[in-house]
Amino acid sequence: MRALDRKMLRDLRRIWAQTLAIALVLGCGIMVLVGAQATQRTLEQSQAAYYERHRFADVFAGVTRAPASVVQAAAQIDGVAQAEGRIGFNAVLDIDGMQEPAMGRVISLPADGPALNLPVLRRGRLPAPDRPQEVAVSEPFAEVHGLVPGSRFRGVLNGQLREMQVTGWVLSPEFIYAMPPGAIMPDDRRFGLIWMNESAAAAAMDMGGAVNEIALRLTRDADERAVIAALDRLLDAYGGTGAHGRDRQVSHAFLDGELQQLGAMAAFLPPIFLIVAAFLVNMVLGRMIALERAQIGLMKAVGYGRAQIAGHYLKLAMLIGVVGIALGWGFGWWIAEAMIGLYGDFFRFPFIIRDFGAGALVISAVLGLATVALGGLRAVWASLKLPPAEAMQPPAPPQYARGRLDRALTLIRLRQTTMMIFRSIIRWPGRAAITLFGVSASVALLVMSYFMFDAVERLGESVFEQANRQQVTLMLARAQNERAVNDALTLPGVRMAEGAYAMPARLVNGHRSRLTALQGHYPDAQLARLIDDAGVVIDLPAEGLVLPQMLARALEIGAGDMLRVEMLAPPREVLDLPVAAVIAQGLGQEAHIAAPALFAAMRTAPQVNMIHLMIDPDRMADLNSAIKETPAVASLANWAEVRRQFDATLSENLLTMVAIYTLIGVLIAIGVVYNAARIQLSERSYELASLRVLGFSRGEVGFVLVGEIMLLTLVAIPIGWVLGYGLAQGLAAAMSTDLMQIPFHITRRTFALAALAVFLAALGSVLMVRRRLDRVDLAMALKARE
Amino acid sequence: MRQGIAETVSVPVRKQVFRAQGITRVYRTGTVEVRALRGVDLALNEHEMVVLLGASGSGKSTLLNILGGLDLPTEGRVFFRDRELTRASDAQLTAFRRDHVGFVFQFYNLVPSLTARENVALVTEIARNPMTPEEALDRVGLAPRMDHFPAELSGGEQQRVAIARAIAKRPDVLLCDEPTGALDSKTGIQVLEALYEVNRDLGTATVLITHNAGIQRIAHRVVVLADGQITRDEVNATRVLPSEVSW
Ligand SMILES: Nc1ncnc2c1ncn2[C@@H]1O[C@H](COP(=O)(O)OP(=O)(O)O)[C@@H](O)[C@H]1O
Ligand SMILES: [Mg+2]
Repeated sequence: MRALDRKMLRDLRRIWAQTLAIALVLGCGIMVLVGAQATQRTLEQSQAAYYERHRFADVFAGVTRAPASVVQAAAQIDGVAQAEGRIGFNAVLDIDGMQEPAMGRVISLPADGPALNLPVLRRGRLPAPDRPQEVAVSEPFAEVHGLVPGSRFRGVLNGQLREMQVTGWVLSPEFIYAMPPGAIMPDDRRFGLIWMNESAAAAAMDMGGAVNEIALRLTRDADERAVIAALDRLLDAYGGTGAHGRDRQVSHAFLDGELQQLGAMAAFLPPIFLIVAAFLVNMVLGRMIALERAQIGLMKAVGYGRAQIAGHYLKLAMLIGVVGIALGWGFGWWIAEAMIGLYGDFFRFPFIIRDFGAGALVISAVLGLATVALGGLRAVWASLKLPPAEAMQPPAPPQYARGRLDRALTLIRLRQTTMMIFRSIIRWPGRAAITLFGVSASVALLVMSYFMFDAVERLGESVFEQANRQQVTLMLARAQNERAVNDALTLPGVRMAEGAYAMPARLVNGHRSRLTALQGHYPDAQLARLIDDAGVVIDLPAEGLVLPQMLARALEIGAGDMLRVEMLAPPREVLDLPVAAVIAQGLGQEAHIAAPALFAAMRTAPQVNMIHLMIDPDRMADLNSAIKETPAVASLANWAEVRRQFDATLSENLLTMVAIYTLIGVLIAIGVVYNAARIQLSERSYELASLRVLGFSRGEVGFVLVGEIMLLTLVAIPIGWVLGYGLAQGLAAAMSTDLMQIPFHITRRTFALAALAVFLAALGSVLMVRRRLDRVDLAMALKARE
Repeated sequence: MRQGIAETVSVPVRKQVFRAQGITRVYRTGTVEVRALRGVDLALNEHEMVVLLGASGSGKSTLLNILGGLDLPTEGRVFFRDRELTRASDAQLTAFRRDHVGFVFQFYNLVPSLTARENVALVTEIARNPMTPEEALDRVGLAPRMDHFPAELSGGEQQRVAIARAIAKRPDVLLCDEPTGALDSKTGIQVLEALYEVNRDLGTATVLITHNAGIQRIAHRVVVLADGQITRDEVNATRVLPSEVSW
């Protein structure tokens, strides 16, 4: 091995801690890029392959009841490759070991096997054609309840209690994200899917020779809008509830929304991390090589050429870069695995197709190497430009200037060691700026990361504590007179009941239309209220619709305009209603109207189809069993349970992410501060050793080193807050999707935690370096200079 | 000094290695201007050992650095044999240093992360016709301590490694800037002996800076600088061995 290479390896070993700190900072940037890309691509690839292999449909429609022949007619529509009809309905399930009822969605299996949305058999077998009691259940639900093949459970199907026997476990491309009706997140315990023979389902629902769900697969060149319009025309006579594409299919929409957010994160966060990391690495490596100026001078003196010397340090920088890249790739892979695992809890894929994104790997490697190369060369260049004779001299004593600031400092009569700190900062503003930037960047990254936690918490608060204060919501099988609310008060444990009316609807403004729900609110509602992003309760105007901002924007409509509302369930009226107001509501996608105004427009007596309840929590069991025996109630949503799940998910998933980002932010802070302190120590060891020789104690000398860095850290924290505020704002905008607008609100806790984490990381790092100060050989430090 | 070209040609036996004509070097730091050299003329002959004496700050190092191609004069011309260094490009200066000059500095300037042998190899690896590092170290009496790192060697030993590093490439000239400045008399004499032997055995022209007047007696010739100008340039009638130098 050449002597120069040997020098490089030994140098690297000597400054391994600094090298590692730099490599870690770089690695962090690369890790986020690679991890986010790999997660997103893997989920995307898995989704695409799953859809393809299991023939996920393109268009979906529901009807009240249609003859099976309508499927044939649908298949004839231009652009349709394949059509399938089936029977689907909700059921209340009674599962052993579960006090409250579970919700089931029953799906019929055609006698000759399904052609679209093929279920994936995970265990056991599908129900045999001649055994009406046999069913296959969704894997997550079966897993939670231990429903192995052979197990039995009961359910109320169309008002009749029936026993069912499990034959197997199934996953479906239609239910990658399995949301119970009316819920806001999947619930494997309380919501299951049930595949049943067509004949059995038809018998249970009196649907012989009829279907109520139609799915289509389109040809490659089909015009989806035209097909949907044609299908709507075809199904209109049978009570069609509006055909829609994948974009309105619940599972697909959520998965897509999640992928979109993940994509936004992958596009937004990593570049910031990588740029910050690149900048820091560039600076720190530059300082490190700047310390080598004497050796660079010597190499020049003995006849090494510029290219050779530059090449040497380039190699050194590259080696650090390669370590950083390897760390980044490794951790990126690990993070992707962890994230994919987390997603696996919500998104049920039968298989995962891993795609680590060659693009991200290449980009990160090129960026990483360019970063270290530039940082290294910039510093080498500065030393190379010096005549070797000068380079070999220790740098001339810096010229401390007595500026206005200095005079001001003198006036306040600081201790001399404190003066040293201030003078050093004033004298090397560039060096101080690097530390300042690095530390504030880590604070900013942490603020941005913790902000995500704030945002989700805020969403939860507005959903659970302000908008929905009810503990239980009863979904009625069909709309009833307002008196039903009074009846609900007689159920066990109910303290307060409040009616509401919701209806699936298509909102049409010219050529723009949107499938959503119309919510009728009764005046003086206390439990379920309409709340805007600022937490203000919206009093519904006596006339007209209230639309959330995103919906209004999608429909290109504003207050004062008329909007056509097509009800997609009986009585299937078409109403033209004025838009009374547009409100800022991030999570909402539904149109709201005062119930009196709605029923006046419909020219009917007021009705309810949902009842919100406040109950005595101790009597939940009684309520549950009473409801199991009340056919008028189709299903029940237990908000306390939903909240518990929401919080559990929040703490589990989000905490993992927050922990990862904290780690990254802290690593960056450590990388910057440790290197800054080490460089300070080498540059000023003579000065600091002189202080010791003059009789200053270790503590006093350490104060000069620790004090300067911690002072810079304290100054950097508020700067980081401001930067983080801006980054969080950008992130909120980037992550807002059609389904969800991320509320922008940063808590004090976030600012405090970010500051604390970085402060502690900085203190720890500088104290580590301070320990080296104790070991500096005083005689050597003094001799190193003329 | 009045050495013209004619004179150079007329003395064929003692060929000149270096010739400096009217060199001036001005350092500027901020508003301060320091005239380190003011019109110096000097020639160095082959096989010659010259001691350069002068008070601190008189411009000795500046002169030596300019001769060795480490620095350029503000005015004047410097020739190495028939090549003009003052017109050379950076790459040419680098090649010149690599092929012809060996440096020894007061503070050794060894690479701390390389052993004695590797420090020498640093130079032999890029030289044209070098000795082996072992041979060079043997010449300065350091063969037994070849695999020690600088931190494990005494000052005198480190300086001898630096000399080995300088001579390993078989340079035409050896330029030594206060090589004994940081050493006590005993180790200083060991270092001088190493230089003396290199000059005697290999015939390497040597310039040796010192502010220790006692050392001048080992040289063929003594040049004295004061305030950036040459005030004396004499040939020693008799030389003494380094061991006889009174410190
Ligand atoms: N790089 C430099 N910048 C400014 N002044 C310098 C520099 N190097 C040397 N000098 C000044 O030039 C003069 C001669 O210096 P030098 O040649 O090192 O003297 P010597 O080696 O005889 O002690 C001194 O006054 C010194 O301060
Ligand atoms: Mg000098």
